[in-house]
This record gives sequence, C-alpha cells and structure tokens, in this order.
Amino acid sequence: MSLAAFIVRRVLIIVPTLWVIATLTFFLVHAAPGGPFQAERDIPAAAKAQLMRTYGLDQPLYRQYTHFLANAVRLDFGPSYKFPSRQVREIIFEAFPVSAELGGWALLLAILIGVPIGVIAAVKQNSAADYAAMGLALAGVSIPNFVLGPVLVLGLALSLYVLPPALWEGPGSRVLPVLTLSTAYVAYIARLTRGGMLEVLRQDYIRTARAKGLSEPVVVGKHAMRLGILPVVSYIGPATARIIMGSIVVESIFSVPGLGRYLVNAAFNRDYTLVLGLVLFYASFLMVLNLVIDVAYTRLDPRVELA
Amino acid sequence: MSAAAPPVAEQTLASVRPEGLWADAWKRMRRNRAAVAAGALLAVIALITVAAPWLPGLPDPTAQDLKLGATPPSAAHWFGTDELGRDTLARVVHGGRISLMVGLVATLVSLVIGVTWGAVAGYRGGRTDELMMRVVDILYSLPYIFLVILLLVFFSRSILMLFVALGLVQWLTMARIVRGQVLSLKQQTFVEAARALGADDAAVIFRHIVPNTLGPVIVYTTLTVPAIILQEAFLSFLGLGVQPPDASWGTLVSDGARVLALFPWLVVFPGLALSLTLLCFNFLGDGLRDALDPYDRRDVA
Repeated sequence: MSLAAFIVRRVLIIVPTLWVIATLTFFLVHAAPGGPFQAERDIPAAAKAQLMRTYGLDQPLYRQYTHFLANAVRLDFGPSYKFPSRQVREIIFEAFPVSAELGGWALLLAILIGVPIGVIAAVKQNSAADYAAMGLALAGVSIPNFVLGPVLVLGLALSLYVLPPALWEGPGSRVLPVLTLSTAYVAYIARLTRGGMLEVLRQDYIRTARAKGLSEPVVVGKHAMRLGILPVVSYIGPATARIIMGSIVVESIFSVPGLGRYLVNAAFNRDYTLVLGLVLFYASFLMVLNLVIDVAYTRLDPRVELA
Repeated sequence: MSAAAPPVAEQTLASVRPEGLWADAWKRMRRNRAAVAAGALLAVIALITVAAPWLPGLPDPTAQDLKLGATPPSAAHWFGTDELGRDTLARVVHGGRISLMVGLVATLVSLVIGVTWGAVAGYRGGRTDELMMRVVDILYSLPYIFLVILLLVFFSRSILMLFVALGLVQWLTMARIVRGQVLSLKQQTFVEAARALGADDAAVIFRHIVPNTLGPVIVYTTLTVPAIILQEAFLSFLGLGVQPPDASWGTLVSDGARVLALFPWLVVFPGLALSLTLLCFNFLGDGLRDALDPYDRRDVA
C-alpha cells in the first residue's frame, strides 16, 4: 500500500471514530443528572429562560446536537458554562501550549535518559550495572506519579527550599512537574530499549559488523541502535497518550494551568461545553499524533508493511 | 497441559514423561529470586489486608480521637495518626483491602470478557473475527480515561461503577493476546480430534483451546492487576474513585497530599504501601513472563 493510500485509509477511520466520541460525549453529558445552572436555582424564571436561550438549551435536543456537531468541526464549542465571558476555544488554545510544554519536556527527558540506560544495560547484560538499572527501572515504573510528586515537593521544595512547590512561573517551576511526569517513562523506555537491543545484538548482521572489525561503539551505536530502538519509537504514541493522562494528575498537584486541570475542574463544575470541547480536542489530537508516528515508523524500518 | 492427559496414560508413562510446561516453568521461576521474593511479599500483604478486621492490636480505622489529632509515628501509632486522630497504620491496612479488591475484581471482569471475546473471534475467524477485532480497534483508539472520568463524574461514583469503568477498558489487550494464541492453536491436531469426537464449538473453545492459552493469560493478568490498582488510585486521587467513608490507598495519598507540608507521614506510608505492592506485582509478572515465555515453550511445536 502506498503511503498516501495508507494516510487516506487512516483518516477514514479517524473521522467516524471522532464522530462516535462526539456523539457519545454529547448524550452522556445531556443524560447526566442535574442541570448546568443547578447552583443558581433561585434565579427568576425570566432570567433562567434568557440563560437557556443564550446557550441554545431551549432548542429541541436534536437541534442542539446538529448545532453542536456543525460548530465542533470549527472547534467552536460556545462559551464556558462556568465562565460565561470566556469561549471554550479560547481556554483550549490558552491551556494547550502549557500542557504541550509539560508533556514535551517530560517525553524528551524520558528518551534522553531512558535510551542510554537501556543500551548500557543491554550491552552489559547480566552484569551488576544491568541488574541495578533494571531494578531501579522497575521501581520507577511502580511508583505512581501522584505519590512521587508530593514526595519530591516534600524533599526539594519544602525541606531544601531549592525549587518552588507549585505554579507555572519561571524555569524553576518547570523542574518538579516535568521530573514527576517523566520518571515512569524514563524507566519504561529504559526497559524497552534494553529488550529491543538484546534482540538485535544477537542477530547475524551484528556478528558480521563485528567480524568486519568495526569498533564496538560503531556496532552498537550505528548498526544495532537503528533497529534496537524501534520498540521505543512505537511506544511514543501510547506514551504520549499516557503522559496526557498523567499530566492531569501532575497539573492538579502542581497547579499548572494546563488542559488536564481544566478538564478535572470542568467535570466537577458540570461545565458541559468545556468538557465536550476538551474531550474532543484531546481525542483528535491523540489520533492525529498516532497517525504521524505510524508514518515515522515506516521511515525508520523499511520492513514495516503499511496496513 | 498435563491435566488434559487421561490418568491411565499418565501412570504408565510416568517414568518417561517429558518435563511439562508447568514443571519447567516452575523450575525457572524458582531460580528467579527477585520474583519469588516479590510473590512471597505479595502473599504477606494480601494476608494482612484480608485478615485486617481480626488482627489483634490493630485499631478501628474509623475510630477518631480528636484530642490526639495528627501525631507523627510513635510506639503507640507506628504510622502516626491523621487530623482526626485515626491510626494511619489501620487506615493503610484497610485501604489495602479496597485497593486489592478493586484490582482483583476488575481484573476478573476483564479476564472473563477478554478471554471469551478473543477466543471466539480467533476460533470463528473470517468475518466474525474481522468484525469483533474492529470493535476492539475502535475501543482501543478511544481516549478512554476521559470517558471514565465523565462516567464517574456525571453518574454515580460507586465502587460498582468503578469496576465497570476499569473492567471495560482492560479486556482489550487480553482479547488480542488470546485471539493470537487461538489462531495458531486451532490448527493443531488435538482440536481436530476434539471436533471429530463430536465436541461442539463452545466445548472446543473453552475445554480444549482456552486452557492452552493459560501461559500468556497468566502473565498478562499479573500485569493487569497492578495496572488497575494504579488506575483506581489515580481516579481516587482525583476524587472520582472510592468515596468516603471507604478509603483506598489512592484516597489516602490524596488526603495526605493536601496536608503534605504539615503531616508528611500521611502521604509517605500509604504511598509506600501502594508503590511496594505495585513493584511486587511487576517483579512477579516479569518473572512469570520469563518462566512462561511463549517463544521458549518446548511443548508447542
């Protein structure tokens, strides 16, 4: 299958999936008990009717639904219920760069630290260094970020006063959230790299490379790495999805004004328009990202068939 | 599977019988000291939490002592007490009951759905398989965590809802693993033999094929339990999971994180219990995978 055909086919899957998510979320939100103005139940009927009109809630449900779908295509989800002066789109565009920065640093850090650890562990398989690295990696995978976060705050911010414990102002404030978010991925990527490298190092073409008299750094770094880190590349898609999930917690712990914190708050506030907008935004972002990664994967390993 | 062999043949062949998968796996497992230690520690943790209500000397986790308030760890309260004077050790042990129960029950739910779905899809093949696996693909691509959050926020935040939400997600990988196994197993002669003897589809799938997929299923199940415990803790941390007066490790960490600066022990001990349990499950799962490695099985040609 050609690359273009592959992309077209994937887009043809993404669009109906997004429609399913949009529909599901829309009706879930509307079937939920309690209206959006529950807290303001005492307001006069006329004012309430006015509010309902503003948000289009006086329309029949199918009208609201078609209206919602038509606007969603343009990323227009109307004003937030909780903060009527703000558009949902505005909030998303403001919060996304924050989340992207947090997630991007965390992923970058995870690759930059995890890959070398995994390579060293694989090259020195069954040595003390290997066992130590893999034991630590398993511990890193096992400590939940919402445990690690408070512990790091306790150690570095509240006892040693070297870093701010929360908020998102200045470079120092980035350290703890990024560290908290990335630890599990450093560990997991180290494990993946080790596994991938061990598999590759056993292969004939590596023996050939060594027999040709190539130096060990060239054999490992140039010949083995290229295939050995494939598991890591294919993990970047799911990792991004998980980092987004993790960032919900990390943003809550450190009061980072990103998408995750808005989502949790919106869900608790029954801010329907904001929830709908955020969920759809997340979903489409993830799917497009996965498509990009699949394409990148084929560039790296020509043996991969597009299917 | 030694259990599939009739007892008579087993007796006559006992002296020459080759080492079965399970004996072989057990031997390899025992050599992995980290995995055995993790398994033993898990057994101890499970025993303590199950026996919690009858443990002598363990205070009632809900008994308040407002005069005492929050105190650091001491001889009377090993893990200290919280703002209401409740014993943290008792709360951690009882929290473990909920965490482990959620982990096991939701895993069981995902196990039953996943194995059945994967086995039927793989065995039927053709269009049924295509359709069933496409459903799995689509569910896979859903950002389920948001749907879980929505379900829990807008509807009831009961433990039952938690089981449904977590179980609904976790069966997908299991279905894929089992399907892959079944695809290769159904070509083998013992399946043909069973069919020739008149076994119907359900009998072939569940009596003959599914038991042979146990190796990978056990490994994946061992890794699913900690994943679910972690997700329950994650949801509880956000205030969406287990609701008071019940408390899981996730809610304990969440409560403790709020008073972190004042009473750090309220985060440290439940966090430690949670992390240690997850670590043990992961070590055990790793060991089991090495022991039951499907690529290294001698009995499946």
